[in-house]
Amino acid sequence: MSDEARAVAREPRASQATGARCARAWEVLAGVLDPEVPVVSVVDLGIVRDVVEEGDALVVVVTPTYSGCPATEAIEQSIVAALADAGLGPIRIRMQRAPAWTSDWIGAEGREKLRAYGIAPPGPAGAAGEVTLRFVPRTVAPLACPRCESTNTERLAAFGATACKALWRCRACGEPFEHFKPI
Amino acid sequence: MPSTSSSIAVSSDPAVQYLLRIGDTCLIHAQRLGEWCGHAPIVEEDIALTNMALDLIGQARAVLTRAGTLEAALGGEPHDEDQLAFLRDERDFRNCTIAELPRGDFASTTVRNLALAVFFELLWERLAESTDEELAAIAGKAVKESRYHREHAADWVVRLGDGTVESAARMRAALDLLWPYVAEIFEADAIDEAAAAGGLGPRWADLQAPWRERIGAVLAAAGLAMPAERAFRSTGKTGRHSEHLGYVLAEMQFLQRAYPGGVW
Repeated sequence: MSDEARAVAREPRASQATGARCARAWEVLAGVLDPEVPVVSVVDLGIVRDVVEEGDALVVVVTPTYSGCPATEAIEQSIVAALADAGLGPIRIRMQRAPAWTSDWIGAEGREKLRAYGIAPPGPAGAAGEVTLRFVPRTVAPLACPRCESTNTERLAAFGATACKALWRCRACGEPFEHFKPI
Repeated sequence: MPSTSSSIAVSSDPAVQYLLRIGDTCLIHAQRLGEWCGHAPIVEEDIALTNMALDLIGQARAVLTRAGTLEAALGGEPHDEDQLAFLRDERDFRNCTIAELPRGDFASTTVRNLALAVFFELLWERLAESTDEELAAIAGKAVKESRYHREHAADWVVRLGDGTVESAARMRAALDLLWPYVAEIFEADAIDEAAAAGGLGPRWADLQAPWRERIGAVLAAAGLAMPAERAFRSTGKTGRHSEHLGYVLAEMQFLQRAYPGGVW
């Protein structure tokens, strides 16, 4: 990740203060939930990168989480509908691929919401190029169970019910749980 | 006979062709992975294979969209992702042949997954530095996904290669079956040269050495030998495909061919 991208990661709401309409939009967006994990908002997930006024339109800059995430279009529609309902229209969505979304953009509040919902939040994704080529043998670092907090857990499957999750099980309390993948 | 072809004519520009090779290999590989939906040996693997297919379709959509806008930028007729996916005939597809081969048994799918995931990981790493900003942005996202695909495939190759007598025999058979189609991926030609010269992307031939190194590490851990190189060369990247691609397209394109312009 470039230094510039890191700066964006730390301060995703750089232009938040530009005008009451944008500030109001951020408040509304904090209530637009991810359709597949309906406890975290699009702001919690870090996929809303910016809100700017261009002419009479309010432009929401959105970065997709996964290339094939089927929720992307639904999320965009929810954003447009919520902002229009709040009287902030007309709304435009601008899709921005770079810098690529990373689970590191999920803030502390978002992580706590995930955990409370029963999804173990992601650990650090690591910058591109720093990822060890872990071919084999490979062990997966233990995760804390979001229900009982035991770290006596195991990964059942690397892929889960949505593109962003893996499936785990807690050996202590016996419950299966989902893990939001670090990427 | 009346001419009723609804097929589109695609630009022969090298940059467009280079992008089609990437997008089409993602797309056709995804179609084959999708065939496992409801048929994988265990439910977790059913989900994993279709998750990977979903990533690949997302990557294909982005790259084909870029190819279509580039056609327009070059003064040709623009095409969108759907036209490129659904309204081209076999000879206009530019995927590597290995992606279109029947999915075979689970060993076959596993070997192909590893071969292509390692290849794509190397390719996206390089494309992230493309002079084409859109392609670089697509690659920046895709490379993270391909790492997951490669890890998953490598886990299975080791588990099956170093597994039972039966699983090891199946893996050896899968390697023998698929290996002749690997050479095509790295076969150099003018399209690769043009892409490298213009900074669009790497010569795929330059990815062969690191590919062999990474694959070699997995096969060694799996107790499997890398098959010897043979003279046979498949040619899907240039539009001359195996007999299998037509069947993939017949299924994938049926709806748009039968109901042109149909939408949800």
